[in-house]
Parts: sequence; structure tokens; C-alpha cells
Amino acid sequence: MPQEVGKQYSELLRKYITHEDETDLYAAQQVSRKFIEKKISPEEVISLHKTSVEQIFPDLSSRIGPSYDFLIEIMIHYGLALMEHQSLLRKQEAMQIEMDVAVKVQDMLLETTVPKVDGLDIGIVSKPAKKMSGDYVYFIEQGNKEACVAVADVMGKGLPAALCMSMIKFGMDSLREKATEPHHVLEVINQIVEKSMDDSMFISMFYGKYVESTSTFTFGSAGHEPALLYRAAEDRFVELDAKGLLLGISKDVDFQQESVELLQGDFIVMLTDGVTEGRNAEGFIDEDVILDMLRDVKNLPAQQIVDHLYTELFKMQNYMLHDDFTLVLFKKE
Amino acid sequence: MNLQVDVQEKDCVHVFKIVGEIDAFTAPTLKERLEKVADQPECQAVLDFKEVNYMDSTGLGVFVAFYKKVKAVNGSVKIVGLNKRLKRLFEITGLDDVVEIEMESGDPNGTV
Repeated sequence: MPQEVGKQYSELLRKYITHEDETDLYAAQQVSRKFIEKKISPEEVISLHKTSVEQIFPDLSSRIGPSYDFLIEIMIHYGLALMEHQSLLRKQEAMQIEMDVAVKVQDMLLETTVPKVDGLDIGIVSKPAKKMSGDYVYFIEQGNKEACVAVADVMGKGLPAALCMSMIKFGMDSLREKATEPHHVLEVINQIVEKSMDDSMFISMFYGKYVESTSTFTFGSAGHEPALLYRAAEDRFVELDAKGLLLGISKDVDFQQESVELLQGDFIVMLTDGVTEGRNAEGFIDEDVILDMLRDVKNLPAQQIVDHLYTELFKMQNYMLHDDFTLVLFKKE
Repeated sequence: MNLQVDVQEKDCVHVFKIVGEIDAFTAPTLKERLEKVADQPECQAVLDFKEVNYMDSTGLGVFVAFYKKVKAVNGSVKIVGLNKRLKRLFEITGLDDVVEIEMESGDPNGTV
């Protein structure tokens, strides 16, 4: 401990004992801050106090000196606890930095661009419940004529989840030039992730492909929440379900594939369970509530529909997301 | 909310009676109990979900890990007593095709 600090402390204490002036107490607070800054431990402060008292009251030193030694012993463990706390704070800071890097990696690695296909209006909203999302959306466009989309929900969070997402992305990219039939894409990605995933991890994924020339939407699902098709002419919703097991569970899985033709005003909503499993104080938000919300805004552009749905459902859950929330909407213009 | 898991062994079949909600907080309890039997050769397990009204994706993760381990030792998993919501979860995920699911007796349509 620097000698100067000791001298200042001693003088301040002497002044206070003589005048009992409150401004000196304020000065003491400043000193204590400085001590913390300089990492002076509690027992060192008491030792300093003991020396100062002995200087101010030399007659008393033999009588009260041992009591300070006693107090110093008592305070040693407080000092250790403080050191431990500070080291935890440093560790926490390091973890925070690591997390921020992971988020950046995820954002960079998994960037996707919304396709521009004639006659198709696309909207997307994807919000993480925590810092890193377990939901993943990836688009592929084939020269304004085709739009493919994967909507996936990866069980698990953080870097392992982000790595799974990159497997989906690279799987889709590698098939880009070949036949991109949904069942085939799901089979290939399943084989990639099955080999490289931890036992408790799995992915649910919906894969759809829209072809402009025929206005058809072909899709397959690997254990994912069914998409919803709104039929404008009939004003009703149809579930788009295709049987298929979650990705990463079994090596050989057959994925069903279905196809629908989109007519003017029809739209398809692809979503994750963060949308359908929203909870408010009374329990789960009913599916009919979501369908009614979609009906209310069915004439708006795709992006405005998904934004509206997100805002309303977020409000219903008291502005708190319990799970990652993702909606992708394909609307036939 | 608490999760209670009772295990009974009868004729080499482990019957897990699960009571409560399976979510991120309670899933570790279930995981711990299931793991104790998962790698026994030809492990046979029955999971009774009659008293489970909710399971989220963390719970599903625990189940999937258990299923994979049991499959690796040539064992089997059977599920009984699913409510409507959970039955839908097993159908959507395609797990109903790989795991035996027994519906309540006297309920051929499988709706509870």
C-alpha cells in the first residue's frame, strides 16, 4: 500500500476525531472509493486504521491494539470473498464478449436475401427470444423464376445451434444447381445433420419451393409445424402438412412431398412453434385467434401482414417472447 | 412447477410414470431418471404421459436423446396416455412413426 495513502488516512481520521465534522465523513467515502480502485483489501484497511489510531492515541495502543489484530483475522475471509467476486466479474465479462462474437458469427454466417420472383410477394419476421436464435430461415432464388425457402427450428441454443444452421445452409447451397425437390433436399440435409449432431439435438424444418411458371408451391416437412394456406376465393385456411420425421434422429427417412397451386390473393404462412405456442396469462393463444388476425389484414402486402401478426401476438404476451418467433409469408399477387 | 417421475420395473420393462409439466426447468429431472436405464442392453421402457399436460421442445429433446440411446442398444420405447395436444406434437414431429404409441383403451380414435 502506498505510504502516501496511509498518511492521508491518518490525517483525515485525526481531523474527524478532533472536530467531528460531517465533511470529513464525506471525504472518508471518497477515500474508500480510492481504496477499492487500488484493490486495497478490507484487512489492509483495518491494519491502516490500527496504525493511525496508535499514532493518535499512543497511550491506548497497548490496550486496544490486540482487538484490531483480532478484527484483521475476522476480515481476511471477507477479503477473499471480495477477490472471488471480482474474478467472477472478469469471467462474466469474458463470456459476454464470447457471446457477442457468437452472435456476430451467426448473423454473418446465416445471412439470407429475400428472393424477387414475378407475381410473388414475400414477407418475413424472425425475432429471437434471447440473444441467439434457434429459428432459422434461408432463401434460395433461381433467376426470378423460383423461390425456395427453409424454415427451421433448431433444438438447443448458442454456437451448437448456429453450426446446425450452417449445415442447413450449406446443404441447400450445394443442391442449388441440381434438382431441388423438397423431399430430396430434406433427405440430404437429414443425412448431413444425422452424422454430426449430439443425441439430444434435433431440427424441425419446413421446406417449400415456389415455381413462377405454374404458380405451384411444393413442400415437405421434417417434423415441423404445418404451414397454413389461405384460399382467398373460399375465405378459408387449409393446413399444409407433409409427413416426415425430425432431422437428425434416424439415417434413412422418407419425406412426403405435396404440391398446391396458388391463385390470386392466396397466401402461405410458414411458422415456428414460437408463433403457435404463444402463452398469455390465461394459457395458450388459440389458433383461431391467429387465423382471425390473418384474415383481418389479408389484403395488405406480405411484409405488412407478418409485421402486424408479430406486433399483435407480442402485445398479447405482455411484450415478452418465451420462444423464438418466425413467420414467412408467400403471397400470390 | 414440479415434475415427478416414478419408475417401476416389471418383467424387465421399466415403466416411467411422469407427473407434471415438462419444460426447460423440469426436463433435467426426467433426463436424469431416463438415463439410468437408457444404456441397459435391450432396454424396454414405457413412458406414461397420462399426468403430463404440457411438454416443450426441451422435453422433446430429452425424449429424442432417450429414444436414440435405447435404439442403439436394440431396446424399445412405448408411450401411453398422451393428451390431444401431446399427441399432435408426436404426430407433427413424425415421432409417432418410429415409436409405439398406445392410446387409452376404449378410445379408438385416440382423442383423450
